[in-house]
Amino acid sequence: MNVSSILKVAFRELARNKARSMLTMLGIIIGVASVIAMVGLGQGAQRQVEEEIASMGTNMLVVFAGSRKTRGWHGGIGTSPTLTPEDIDAIVRECPTVALASPNVTAPVSLIFGNQNWTTRAEGVNEKYPQIRNWPVASGQFFTEGDVHTAARVCVIGQTVAEQLFPGLDPVGQTLRVRNLPFRVVGVLSERGQNQWGRDQDDVIMIPYTTAMKKLLSITHIPRAYISAISPRATFIAERQITELLRQRHHIRPGQEDDFGVHNLTDIAEAAEETNRILTLLLSSIAGVSLIVGGIGIMNIMLVSVTERTREIGIRMAVGARTRHVRLQFLIESVVLSLIGGLLGIFLGIGVSFALSGMFNWPRLISPLAIVMSVAFSVAVGIIFGYYPAHKAASLDPIDALRYE
Amino acid sequence: MQHPADVRCDQPTRRAAVPVVRLEHIHKVYHLGEVDVHALRGISLEVYPGEFVAVMGASGSGKSTLLNIIGCLDRPTRGKYFLDGQDVSGLSKDERADIRNRKIGFVFQGYNLLRRTSALENVQLPLLYNGTPTAEAIRRAQRALAIVGLQERAHSFPNQLSGGEQQRVAIARALVNNPSLMLADEPTGNLDSRTSIDIMSVFQQLNAERGMTILLVTHEMDIAQYAKRIVIVRDGRIVRDEPVKNRRDAAKELAEMPPLEEEEEAVI
Repeated sequence: MNVSSILKVAFRELARNKARSMLTMLGIIIGVASVIAMVGLGQGAQRQVEEEIASMGTNMLVVFAGSRKTRGWHGGIGTSPTLTPEDIDAIVRECPTVALASPNVTAPVSLIFGNQNWTTRAEGVNEKYPQIRNWPVASGQFFTEGDVHTAARVCVIGQTVAEQLFPGLDPVGQTLRVRNLPFRVVGVLSERGQNQWGRDQDDVIMIPYTTAMKKLLSITHIPRAYISAISPRATFIAERQITELLRQRHHIRPGQEDDFGVHNLTDIAEAAEETNRILTLLLSSIAGVSLIVGGIGIMNIMLVSVTERTREIGIRMAVGARTRHVRLQFLIESVVLSLIGGLLGIFLGIGVSFALSGMFNWPRLISPLAIVMSVAFSVAVGIIFGYYPAHKAASLDPIDALRYE
Repeated sequence: MQHPADVRCDQPTRRAAVPVVRLEHIHKVYHLGEVDVHALRGISLEVYPGEFVAVMGASGSGKSTLLNIIGCLDRPTRGKYFLDGQDVSGLSKDERADIRNRKIGFVFQGYNLLRRTSALENVQLPLLYNGTPTAEAIRRAQRALAIVGLQERAHSFPNQLSGGEQQRVAIARALVNNPSLMLADEPTGNLDSRTSIDIMSVFQQLNAERGMTILLVTHEMDIAQYAKRIVIVRDGRIVRDEPVKNRRDAAKELAEMPPLEEEEEAVI
């Protein structure tokens, strides 16, 4: 008995009860569609998290000053005046896993250029900052090590600031006033857009941290520093090395609390990826449950079909169909049913993930693996849930089957 | 290229030494709950090539059980059954399926054709299970349909055919594998008397012209008289086994019948 003749019979039988076949397939269609959509969305969300993490910086760690305790009161994070630019220099010098570092101080500032004004945030950093944050300038250039050393009044502005203060003008070479001090614009940062909390990252002005400390804030300590490790793996070693070095430099005795903190952003990335993975797994298991429910539907309908076609089975057996012929015929019918359902489910799943990714503005990801898995899964469902009815058909007694009314 | 079985079929010469069917003291006991039903109580029977045997008996006589055993649908509880000289009494389910496929052609009372399946495909059905290539299967099915005079209805579906035509398709299906034995179980039971004679003429023709060995089960004496030999079964035993006296000739009877009236023809 060749496969093409079995397939012919299978399609004829399924076409005979179109409504019934369609309803039976619905379980598989929904199951497969949800697997495709969920895995697609999960991977899309994961891709987005990865992109956001990458946009935060390369292998990045943040060192921040701890809270200051004054007469029994704890100040906020970054209020302890113990972290200094010299600490950061020492970190670069002494931690082999650290590639780049930049102190960072922040100050709210008002900007004036001609008759335009704008209030924004000034970030005091050093010349390594664009490398650490993966944030190149779009025009002009970033300020130099020399500018940082001399606490020069130069600045690099974000796209939003450029639009607000210099509409229709090239800002590079212009001089604007920061808290009434004149600063020369040496460059404009490339556009970055909103971060994941919705803050406009382009609404910023970068100045040398030395300038910010001396000219704007009059402080000698820094609240935080950005540090780039030599590799994602190295961030964990760097974290430990920095902690040890700073404890030593700050003369913190064993058992005493740190007066600083080290955040490993790779940690955050891994936590985010883990969350996503768990979410995808969870959604996929729900989808998997719906596939199993679909399989039960197939088993139910195949059992009905075996009963309805008892006489046909008897005829086939009388003219020489072996047990395996009958079993194969019903097994192929249930596989055809689940496979068609699976294919329709793939199309539906792709449609749904396109619609959802459009709605949530997530990257569209159709995972080829999910498609292959879905096809494999629907075939497996067809075989597993079709086996019992097929076995039941094959073990009928030809005499009883022929006599069945 | 001619199928080797065709040669045998075309030469009605008897190989008298080997009976097609040889039953030796066949017993069949059904266990129904705590009761044992003794359906066959020691049947011995030999059917030689080219014979046309009618098995008669009332319902409950055991003739259906006998047919099931001869047709290899069932196994005897005791006794030996040789089909074409081969002992088939102890074969497994699948082995019996192969024997049925190669050696036995079934014709049933209710035609038992597959619905929504053309006459040609119905006739091909036994060939599906012995690996006959499709082209060859179609050729042989067409020839079998031609033998029963239905080559023009090859692509009709059972519900487009009259009862007589459906039974002819069933006979073609039984023929298609050139079986050693054709088993007909009340083949005229669902047919009117004229169509019954018509179907009996097909059997007589197959028997006379092709030497087909036929075993017919019926409870109607007038149908049994188209056979050459009558075996009467009662209470699980053969009570009479004799040649038919005054054998009926279906073809001749049909020729003598008045032609069908217009309206009757329209029904068909």
